[in-house]
Amino acid sequence: MNATQHSPTMTQKKIGDVILDVKNISLSFGGVKALTDISFNVKEHEIRAIIGPNGAGKSSMLNCINGVYKPQEGSITFRGQTFRHMNSHQVAVMGVARTFQNLALFKGMSVLDNIMSGRNLKIKSNLFMQALRIGPAQREEFEHRAFVEQIIDFLEIQPYRKTPVGQLPYGLQKRVDLGRALAMEPQVLLLDEPMAGMNVEEKQDMCRFVLDVNDEFGTTIVLIEHDMGVVMDISDRVVVLDYGKKIGDGIPHEVRNNPEVIKAYLGTSH
Amino acid sequence: MQTTFPKLLLEHAARRPQAPALREKEYGIWQALSWADLAKLVEHMACGMHQLGLQRGQHMVVIGANRPRLYAAMLAAQSLGAIPVPLYQDAVAAECVFPITNAEVQLALVEDQEQVDKLLEIRDQCPLLQRIIYDDPRGLRKYDAPGLVGLDQMIEQGAAWAAKHPGFFNEQVGLGQTGDVAAMFFTSGTTGNPKGVVHTHSTLMDRAQAGAEFDRLSEREEVLAYLPPAWIGQNIFSYAQWLVCGYVVNCPENAGTVSIDLKEVGPTYYFAPPRVFEGMLTSVMIRMEDASALKRSMFKSFMALAKRVGPQRMDGKALSLGDRLMYALGDLLIYGPLRNTLGFSRVRVAYTAGEAIGPDLFTFYRSIGINLKQLYGSTETAVFVCLQPDHEARADTVGVPIRGVEIKVADNGEILVKSAGLLKGYYKNPKATEEVLTADGWYHTSDAGFIDAHGHLKIIDRVKDVGRIKGGANDGAMFAPKYVENKLKFFPFIKEAVAFGDGRDKVCVMINIDFDAVGNWAERRNLPYAGYTDLAGKAEVYEMIRECVEQVNADLAADALLAGSQISRFLVLHKELDADDGELTRTNKVRRGFIGERYQPLVDALYSGKQEQYIETAVKFEDGRSGSVSATLRLGDVKTFQAVKAAA
Repeated sequence: MNATQHSPTMTQKKIGDVILDVKNISLSFGGVKALTDISFNVKEHEIRAIIGPNGAGKSSMLNCINGVYKPQEGSITFRGQTFRHMNSHQVAVMGVARTFQNLALFKGMSVLDNIMSGRNLKIKSNLFMQALRIGPAQREEFEHRAFVEQIIDFLEIQPYRKTPVGQLPYGLQKRVDLGRALAMEPQVLLLDEPMAGMNVEEKQDMCRFVLDVNDEFGTTIVLIEHDMGVVMDISDRVVVLDYGKKIGDGIPHEVRNNPEVIKAYLGTSH
Repeated sequence: MQTTFPKLLLEHAARRPQAPALREKEYGIWQALSWADLAKLVEHMACGMHQLGLQRGQHMVVIGANRPRLYAAMLAAQSLGAIPVPLYQDAVAAECVFPITNAEVQLALVEDQEQVDKLLEIRDQCPLLQRIIYDDPRGLRKYDAPGLVGLDQMIEQGAAWAAKHPGFFNEQVGLGQTGDVAAMFFTSGTTGNPKGVVHTHSTLMDRAQAGAEFDRLSEREEVLAYLPPAWIGQNIFSYAQWLVCGYVVNCPENAGTVSIDLKEVGPTYYFAPPRVFEGMLTSVMIRMEDASALKRSMFKSFMALAKRVGPQRMDGKALSLGDRLMYALGDLLIYGPLRNTLGFSRVRVAYTAGEAIGPDLFTFYRSIGINLKQLYGSTETAVFVCLQPDHEARADTVGVPIRGVEIKVADNGEILVKSAGLLKGYYKNPKATEEVLTADGWYHTSDAGFIDAHGHLKIIDRVKDVGRIKGGANDGAMFAPKYVENKLKFFPFIKEAVAFGDGRDKVCVMINIDFDAVGNWAERRNLPYAGYTDLAGKAEVYEMIRECVEQVNADLAADALLAGSQISRFLVLHKELDADDGELTRTNKVRRGFIGERYQPLVDALYSGKQEQYIETAVKFEDGRSGSVSATLRLGDVKTFQAVKAAA
């Protein structure tokens, strides 16, 4: 994967201005301090990784960004608008989508329907019209279906279009989860451990899809990941958390050589 | 036919412009491309290729799956008098070096990033390769290698150029002659470099036409193109015959959707190697195991009826009224729905070729009303040499010579073929050409066989493998190892078989059991076993295999020519033959000579009449370590049968 990023036959991608700025976030549950004074930013079109050992606060950080948790202190600035805390619906409307660490798909529904559900926010006709497939509702459905088909094509899951998600292997379910997030046409995509529990081949596939999403659609990606190899290969910049505190921030090479990060996370072998 | 493929395209476009030529499933919908649109696309592509410097007589490599635009690209190259050379899309990069340098390829047209990466990897070794055109731009945005051109961009520029030079395309197509080289196919040589088989428009078209006449193919056929386009079979079915007949070629959405697409398209004309048919049957059987008891019992009883009645019905023989009624009921309840599930509801003609097909497998498809037949041919003969007529399909023959084919069996048993579809030669390899294509016009197939009493060709083995029994009761009888091995392998319990007998007084075989099938068989009999070696050594397994071998002997006895190849002794090997140990080729063919040397003590024991033999064999494990397995093997004797004199 290094080769695809740094091969001499490629031009480097353009990274834009700061799109998401997290300032001095602190979050605690009762006496437990999950996050303490965390600040970092995400630039447009970049792949930004958040890493850290178990319980470091990675998922909590992501949950603060998309409004599931409300931090006690700090602020989040998205596209120039500053919020004390986010609201999940509002976040979705602003173009932030996410996938989940332990899949939250509709297991009994087909791949197609699951991804269609990601178009929910974009559908304008009301429930009644949709149920009766009245003129404009049907036309709208066609448009959204066409869009979903492009995602299916992009993620190469055509053979499973009509298969109930529950019957698919885990790696494919993860891909469907990504597909549903993509259906929202997000500007920022939050991925919570997209490669967890996958075998090597599935991880490689997923890496390629993450890179392709970033490349083809210019989507900004914030991802949490355990697999150091994956993180170092695909991300542009990395934030390192440990016990709710930020202990490192920079390009993968810097982070890899940061003594504190080595101590906390990478072990002493490096 | 005094024409070329691009001329045929223009004829179709003029005669029935709106009829669909190609379909591809994309974004969940079958998208059709009409003959008129295809002709326009080909014109623009040809002009684009002309601008990129493709010259008459030059080769252009095409690598990718079955995509309408890749077929159009082949037509575009031929329109300019250039020669498309399709290569296998799953070949590794190193394998592409020889064809590209051998054919002095300057322009390559490939499907996607995967293929582009391959060509960039070997670019240093192919100094002549200047341009790489890619169809699917996905993932290629950041590539800035020189000479990389998007197909969309080429078509756009070609369209602009065509607008300025309106007569150019038709003029170029007009310059094409039927005797011009149309395409080149590289055959996978088992030894040495692959050879480029050169075919002209007339050789391909002649055979395509003859095959189409034989099965009365029309422009109403539907074909699904899913095998590699670099293989001449696919090229004949979805290119040469497509243009000759003008039917519709459907391209699947991707490799994983073929079975879904097959069902949606419902082809009328179908081709697959035996392993595809085998895979389909296995999936049917597995799904039946999970079906309800009622369905299972219906399936069982109607399949028994089909097995008894179906083949006769397909052979056009009269059936009793009761059988006819029961079969009709079965068709309504079982056979029809089954054909539909397999995607064969509309199939009129289905072919299998490439390797021997098991009689049970063959009968299964014919008995449920699918007109499955066999054909004989090779890359060098532009496929069609022999085909089976509708009511005369047999599992052990490959049919009768079709129009324009002359067949002769040489003294050494080799089949010689003469037809208008023979290769022009191997590219830049006159020595190899001379070996197979003699001055008197006969092509030497290197297959041994004979014409049976009904005028059907029967293939026995490769000529170089056919031997003679020396001494003993069958002195001088013909020995065809592969023929014997195939007969054994048709039993699901037998995975591999190695037959010895050339220059010896009797035939002996080593057998590899199929671990899954025999393991399952043992479990159903409450027969405990510890692993492969243990299972292979069980007395019960020996008994079961002995029955299989005896059945093969009974079969061979019925064949006057091969009765002498009956098996006298056998043993069941204690380890699976493995390509890692050099016992099989990478394509899973047994390396008889090597195995004979490696298991010399076993071979000696078979021929010396011993009852058991100890053997220790070195093995390589998948992680690269080596070890050894040892066992004391039993050797079994088998009953042989008196040769039945040809009665019919």
